[in-house]
Amino acid sequence: MTAIIEAHDLKKNYNSTVAVDGIHFTVKKGEIFGFLGPNGAGKTTTMKMITCVSPRTSGSLTVLGMDPEEKPAEIKQSLGVVPQETNLDPDFTCFGNLFYYSRYFDIPKDEATRRADELLEFVQLTEKRDVSVDKLSGGMKRRLILARALVNRPDLLILDEPTIGLDPQARHLIWEKLRNLQAKGNTIVMTTHYLDEAARLCDRLVIMDNGKILVEGAPADLVRDHAGHEIVEVEGSDDVVTCLSELGVPFEKTGDMVQVAATTENAREVARTILERCRPERMITRPATLEDVFLKLTGRTLRE
Amino acid sequence: MPHIFSIPSVTRRAGTVWYRNLVVFVRTWQVNFFPPLVEALLYLFAIGIGIGTYVQQIDGIPYINYIAPAILAIAVMNSGFFECTFGSFVRMYYQKTFDAMIATPLSIEDVIAGELLWGATRSVIYVLIMLPVLAVFGVVSLPLALLTIPLAFLGGLMFAGIAMGFTSVTPGIDTLNYPSFLFITPMALFSGTFFPLTLMPVFLQYFALAVLPLTHLVAIMRMLTLPSLSWTLLLHLAWIAVITAITCIISINLMRKRLIV
Repeated sequence: MTAIIEAHDLKKNYNSTVAVDGIHFTVKKGEIFGFLGPNGAGKTTTMKMITCVSPRTSGSLTVLGMDPEEKPAEIKQSLGVVPQETNLDPDFTCFGNLFYYSRYFDIPKDEATRRADELLEFVQLTEKRDVSVDKLSGGMKRRLILARALVNRPDLLILDEPTIGLDPQARHLIWEKLRNLQAKGNTIVMTTHYLDEAARLCDRLVIMDNGKILVEGAPADLVRDHAGHEIVEVEGSDDVVTCLSELGVPFEKTGDMVQVAATTENAREVARTILERCRPERMITRPATLEDVFLKLTGRTLRE
Repeated sequence: MPHIFSIPSVTRRAGTVWYRNLVVFVRTWQVNFFPPLVEALLYLFAIGIGIGTYVQQIDGIPYINYIAPAILAIAVMNSGFFECTFGSFVRMYYQKTFDAMIATPLSIEDVIAGELLWGATRSVIYVLIMLPVLAVFGVVSLPLALLTIPLAFLGGLMFAGIAMGFTSVTPGIDTLNYPSFLFITPMALFSGTFFPLTLMPVFLQYFALAVLPLTHLVAIMRMLTLPSLSWTLLLHLAWIAVITAITCIISINLMRKRLIV
């Protein structure tokens, strides 16, 4: 598998703050690669370095085999970028946004017209073709931005929180489109705060915090290795907590609930023991998710 | 890291930024073509004919003919300056248009160069619309006055460069009002526009010649429209050319510093 992006000891400082602190990662051709992490973890900064918008402080980075510092225009020619912030051009219609964006890639007018119409259909916005972008809903705007990122038929798509603030219908539509693009051979790098989204879409992902990569791997492997298979959640009353301590079961307090990690094999048994000995009023067992891994690794403290 | 005097590497892709602005301008032509027309007429009637009734001649020139080139020069200044202050700031800060552009093969240098060229183009468009009005009133002398059109491009580029310098350092859109009323408005009045420089105290005359860009633009405009050519035209032209080059280079570098972190 060819490496599409390779980063070694990649660092980025903004004045005295360290945003990205010596990360290593490789994105392979054709995969969907995710960057997860709390706010301020360094995800967006990493995206900005990949998209040749922000110069790195040190370390090495190659994108599509080229150095962003040496050949930004060449890299960006084959890159599709969906930024976190909706930056459609309010002076144009939906069609205009795609058409005039194509001009920045030197795509000839006829071809640009053809692609713009094709892409409007792809993101199901054909009937909004001549509507000003101010009139679009949030979901439509995100879809149009995705379409805009595709005008140059990119080899690599960089998506910074592509489904931020969207309703479930719009999210599902975006997911479907992204899988579609992957099937056509696109490599996709994305950041997201939605862990279900990451678990569904990403072939591999990294979890970042404080500018460092904490773990890397396939979502299912990460869940198995870091959160176990099953989670037993019990109400966190004092009686239950005392009881669990007496039983010697390792547990973690999360708000008003207490979580006990278990393997598939002993989940039933653990649940039964707790039920019989501690007599909690509420208890559920559920499969472990990426969210459990995420919270375990990055903690529950709120980030600004 | 490039410093503020290094020559920015601008490619021909800057043209696509210029083109984007042109398309938006033409699409809303009704609001864009009207002001220059009205402005020319307002000046002619209010100042030319109104004040001109009392001030009939300046240095043997009919007053209305005297101020006609000033009307053109002020229009060049205003369109270049306001396009690259408020116009560019809105595109940069509120619309995030520059962010979207630099995700394509365009560099920030291309984007800003495109904006500057567009500011200069707006000045040319203004003159293109005003000049026929002035010609119809017989207050500019053709064909030499046609040279004000290319001059508008150079003058417009100078004011665009100055404007972009302010835009690159302004914390917000409101602070752009300071250069507008502390620099642009006084300049429109004290640069030999509506009365000769020689009416001012000597030190102010030198001050105007040394640091007020409009002084030089008005001087050349007047030589072309009266016409009254003199070799000093070359000095004024050289002053404008040098300042244009410096402000454009510095403003591109400052914008790079602001936007690329």
